[in-house]
Amino acid sequence: MSTSPPPLPLNRHAVVDRYFLEHRAKVLDLAAFLDRVDRAKPDAADSNRDFRLDSLRGAIALLLDGEPERAKRVLDLMSDPSTEPIAAAPMKGATGAWEGFKPHSTPEKETG
Amino acid sequence: MYIDPHVHMVSRTTDDYQRMALAGCVAITEPAFWAGYDRSSPQGFHDYFSVLTDTEPKRAAQYGIAHHTWLCINPKEAEDPVFAREVLEIIPEFLKCESVLGIGEIGLNKNSRNELEILEAHLQLAADHDQMVLVHTPHLEDKRKGTRLIMDAIKNHGVLDPNRVLIDHVEEHTVREVLDRGYWAGMTLYPDTKCTPQRAADIFEMHGTDRLWINSAGDWGPSDPLAVPKCRDEMRRRGHLEATIRKVSFDNPLEFLSQTGRFRIDVQPTR
Repeated sequence: MSTSPPPLPLNRHAVVDRYFLEHRAKVLDLAAFLDRVDRAKPDAADSNRDFRLDSLRGAIALLLDGEPERAKRVLDLMSDPSTEPIAAAPMKGATGAWEGFKPHSTPEKETG
Repeated sequence: MYIDPHVHMVSRTTDDYQRMALAGCVAITEPAFWAGYDRSSPQGFHDYFSVLTDTEPKRAAQYGIAHHTWLCINPKEAEDPVFAREVLEIIPEFLKCESVLGIGEIGLNKNSRNELEILEAHLQLAADHDQMVLVHTPHLEDKRKGTRLIMDAIKNHGVLDPNRVLIDHVEEHTVREVLDRGYWAGMTLYPDTKCTPQRAADIFEMHGTDRLWINSAGDWGPSDPLAVPKCRDEMRRRGHLEATIRKVSFDNPLEFLSQTGRFRIDVQPTR
């Protein structure tokens, strides 16, 4: 028999009290990171068009759309939407964002 | 009292065993994984499996922690199928060890065809030897696709009962589908990737506490072998019931792992 999810015991004000400073710092880190990218010398590939930055900007826009499940939708936005195995592993690691991401692309759409 | 059901102690110091014991850890399970470098021969894996089944249980027992393990060749070293199959051949001799709980952590890394072929070979090995399975899901952008490919491969194989398979490293975009398909799910608590203690507590509040556990997956990279007690503390600070906290950090792993008939929590310190 399944049990119901345990509801968050805190009220909204208590959540803000507890977590605001931590997330204020994270927003500042994010702002400083984007400033740092802008201050860095451009390279041949023009780092402002880096797919990781594009997906990060897409994720930031998503945070402000007023819709629920932001964490899930950020992860979906940064996920490879293809469904078939690739021919061979090109490396062992992962970059954190889908290389094919384009600004204004629809994250939920999946391709074969 | 808690269980850390996924931690790579071969990469940790004895001090970490002591800290975990002081924080209330009574049992752990250690899946075979990529040690940060590719092993050059099946003999290298034989040595690794010996460490997992002999050396680590003795180290853990010094602090009263029961040590168990899962065996496999991990997907990061599965891109060469001929080599991987040679490693698979040496696993059955270790399945006789009392501390071996099953096959793991198998799965995918970059979602390649060779990785999938070796995943399917592991599933057959588990079926042939009536073993439970612990699954690694890919990192970051590869996770959602890989999680689905893995669950499809298990379904297509058709022999393994999802109730005897745990899909690990779930996050907000994969947890619901894993649970809905009848598997157990694990959340790994990492500082930068996977899940933080705070997000894990959020996921319990959104998706429930049934068939879901937390682990540290402490290893040689950025990780924290005390992540499970830190998540317990996060839940306690939010006001969750002690019974809820115990369920996700003790009762659930105990229920899943007890299906093996080999899981125990009653080790006395040997120091």
